[in-house]
Amino acid sequence: MPDTALPPDGWIGRPMPRAATRRLIEGRGRYTDDNAAKGELHAAFLRSPFPHAAFGITGRDAARALPGVRAVLTAEDLAPFCRSWRTESRAFPGLVSPEQGPLARERAVYQGEPVALVLAASRAIAEDALELVEVEWDELPAVTDPAKALDAASPSTHQGLTSNLAWRTEFGGGDVEAAFASAALVVEERFTFTRHTGVPLESRSVLATYDPAAEALEVRMSHQIPHQMQVHLADLLDLPMGRVRVIAGDVGGGFGIKMHVYPDEVAICAASRLTGRPVRYVCDRIEALMADIHAREHVMQARMAVDAEGRILAFDADDIQGLGAYSIYPRSSTVEAMSVLRTVGAPYHFGAYRARLRCALQNKVPTGQYRSVGHPIGCATTERLMDLAAAARGEDPLEFRRRNFLPEAMMPWTNPAGGRMAELSHTATLAEFERLLDLPGLRAEIAAMRARGRCVGLGFSAVVEYTASGPGAYGPAHVPVAAMDTVVVTLEPTGDVVARASVAEIGQGIQQGIVQVVADAVGVPPSHVTIHTGDTASAPHGGGAWASRGAGVGGEAAWGAGRKLRAEILKTAAALLQSAPEALDLRGGQVVDANGTPRMALADLASTVFFRGHELPGGVQPQFTATHQFRREEDVFLTTNGLQASLVEVDPDTGIVTPLRHWVVGDCGRLLNPLLVEEQVRGGVVQGIGEALLEACRYDPGNGQFLTGTLADYLLPMADNACDITVGHVETPYSGSALGAKGAGEAGTCGAPAAVLNAVNDALASRGARVSELPITPTVILRALGTLEASE
Amino acid sequence: MELPDEPTADIALTLNGEAIRARVPLRQNLVDWLRHGAGLTGSHVGCEHGVCGACHVQVDGVVVRGCLMLAVQADGAAVETIEGATSSGRIRALQDAFFNRAALQCGFCTPGMLLQAAELLERNPDPSRAEIREALSGNYCRCTGYHAIVDAVQAAAASLRA
Repeated sequence: MPDTALPPDGWIGRPMPRAATRRLIEGRGRYTDDNAAKGELHAAFLRSPFPHAAFGITGRDAARALPGVRAVLTAEDLAPFCRSWRTESRAFPGLVSPEQGPLARERAVYQGEPVALVLAASRAIAEDALELVEVEWDELPAVTDPAKALDAASPSTHQGLTSNLAWRTEFGGGDVEAAFASAALVVEERFTFTRHTGVPLESRSVLATYDPAAEALEVRMSHQIPHQMQVHLADLLDLPMGRVRVIAGDVGGGFGIKMHVYPDEVAICAASRLTGRPVRYVCDRIEALMADIHAREHVMQARMAVDAEGRILAFDADDIQGLGAYSIYPRSSTVEAMSVLRTVGAPYHFGAYRARLRCALQNKVPTGQYRSVGHPIGCATTERLMDLAAAARGEDPLEFRRRNFLPEAMMPWTNPAGGRMAELSHTATLAEFERLLDLPGLRAEIAAMRARGRCVGLGFSAVVEYTASGPGAYGPAHVPVAAMDTVVVTLEPTGDVVARASVAEIGQGIQQGIVQVVADAVGVPPSHVTIHTGDTASAPHGGGAWASRGAGVGGEAAWGAGRKLRAEILKTAAALLQSAPEALDLRGGQVVDANGTPRMALADLASTVFFRGHELPGGVQPQFTATHQFRREEDVFLTTNGLQASLVEVDPDTGIVTPLRHWVVGDCGRLLNPLLVEEQVRGGVVQGIGEALLEACRYDPGNGQFLTGTLADYLLPMADNACDITVGHVETPYSGSALGAKGAGEAGTCGAPAAVLNAVNDALASRGARVSELPITPTVILRALGTLEASE
Repeated sequence: MELPDEPTADIALTLNGEAIRARVPLRQNLVDWLRHGAGLTGSHVGCEHGVCGACHVQVDGVVVRGCLMLAVQADGAAVETIEGATSSGRIRALQDAFFNRAALQCGFCTPGMLLQAAELLERNPDPSRAEIREALSGNYCRCTGYHAIVDAVQAAAASLRA
């Protein structure tokens, strides 16, 4: 393990703005579509207009004849240049997910599935040509509703499959039947969670350039995990890894949308290989809403058993996941459902658990990992049951939670869901939360609003997140996912330090965090550290941006590399100064002695080594490039905890819910940069508010047509329907690493839907109404109030 | 780029203070021409149907959606993009406030957000939080949750009033 001496007055923990945003505020960002290649072709996809159809492409001549069109390609054309793939995982034995290719062949199984590709001199001409491709469509019955999909009488999502069950499992521990039989109180609810999607403002984009002479592929793309794409593109296009370079420059948001292998992106790479020309493609918004991964379509039946003293005995959860037409490649959509069921009950102590899961194939776009994967569903389920139990007992909801939090003294503890709970700070977090909210004052404020006839409600949620996945997450499943990271640090002749890291910057600010870590590890100011990420030719292999892993995993690699470089610098300085490395230190870019007296500027040392090596004593061979690769050996996940509160107002006439205020206290271990962590939390909360109140991917229940293909139909939180968010911290560094950082980027999204759901129910309670469906649209509210019939 | 069979028109406009002549496809929207014809990639394309605000540019002193206007409609107009607003220095206070307050993450919405915020501060030098939220309600930001953006606009307004 690298040495763990964080400098007492260091840069880690300082709320520094992110240096790289200077470029972005001046419009100098370079996102994928800001790059053009000489001789490039523009691509447009013909996508299935039906959720399920057999098809034949019967005529391409008219499209090909359009001036400016270079090629009209089908699955058969791309097959020689690209393998097909199938999602498999030893974690999900028996998973049913058929073979896929870059373009559909003969049968389309979701609306928006790419079936043909036009390459032309401009995107506009390519789109013109799409209209001239002759296709015979034979529409087939579509499977949409996840529960009905599992009926024996349901049509099949895929030809040749007799069932739409993609995978099922049961797991848990303890005696659930006995717990419910002996319970003083059982609360139960059926929850409906509607599909939604990530909507990064920059849609998925790719510029692929295949060089036939070098037999090498260079791909610029808007992606969270360039190294993962390098692995899969090399595999699918049968190229050596070293001849595939993936570059993710500035990335306009990810949120999990940009961590998968999409057929259209693979098709662009194959098309560049076929033509020997650069090919550029940018998803437009309707394509993004229709064919980016969706997430979180679940029907959850859940109950909780409580004893006479108000202690939780058991949870029993039965979940149906709407998986989509395929299990997403390569990680599998089932990961989301397992995350849902592993999150149930996570903040609390309980003795027994039973989880049942069925994952349903549907003629809808595949679902996949989306910010705070699965957690918001498990959290909302748990926290709503907590409120129902507290209400049934006539008890304050925070008091009920306080009694049931997993006591610090019991940790580490593996709960009956199989979740290993370690180093959580429920007690301290609750104390900070109560201080931040000023509950007596807030309750008086709410009472005053209610006295004036306003329908307001306050809701809480407790959060435990599994973050910074280690090798034990995907490794045993034999899914090729790097849970490690690499950082290379180099001392330049000027005394500047350059870091190259396998973590990826997608706006979350991890570059700034890594710079602060390297600055402290080496002993230079952050202004002397430059970082490069997002290019497989720059940094060796590593994990990229997912699972809130940048600080907890990438940060450790940066610390290790920085300490190695520092040791080498001090060793060299000692040789030059006729001192001992232990007697020297490196602070602020100066080699100093034990009294802090400067002995040599790092810039002088560096220029001596690089330019006047003849001055070095014999036998001194400074190694001013240091690499550290970090994988965590203990703890498959780093658990984090927090509490959220939501204050909402319901308009009983219109059914509109307005979030008024939101509070968060979180413990993500060591804060590398509190300013950036707080904005991760706030952004995550509003994403969760969108999930709770607005966002839904809707399909016609009859013909399965996608209904929310514009941002006028798919509603997002905007500045005027979001609220101010107060954020507090508790800091419990993870004891198993040098920095002690855990994951921070997704906790806001994890807990916000639950808090809003509870707040709305608190507001509706006085009217005898209750809701258990997300998003809580005006229709949901008006049905709950009886203003609308259930069928309306 | 001149394209086969693509009907075009000649336009003359002032772009970031410079007189420009260009031949543009009739069907090309303003933001696509700015990005790919004029090479000014600071304006972004987010939805192409007038909801997200990523394409905001100023035309004759008014902030407009660059995706809802054709390039040919800019004939005779004065167009200013984030590049022009940056080099003129007129949005410097907002840019500094956005930087210091971490009021951006991925930065894709930021050019449009800044231009819209600048327009607000021109007509209202001391806006309330609710007024800022209302003025920016046509600019989608997935990353920040808007709170820091509202803070930054308030901070910029205060520094401009000082």
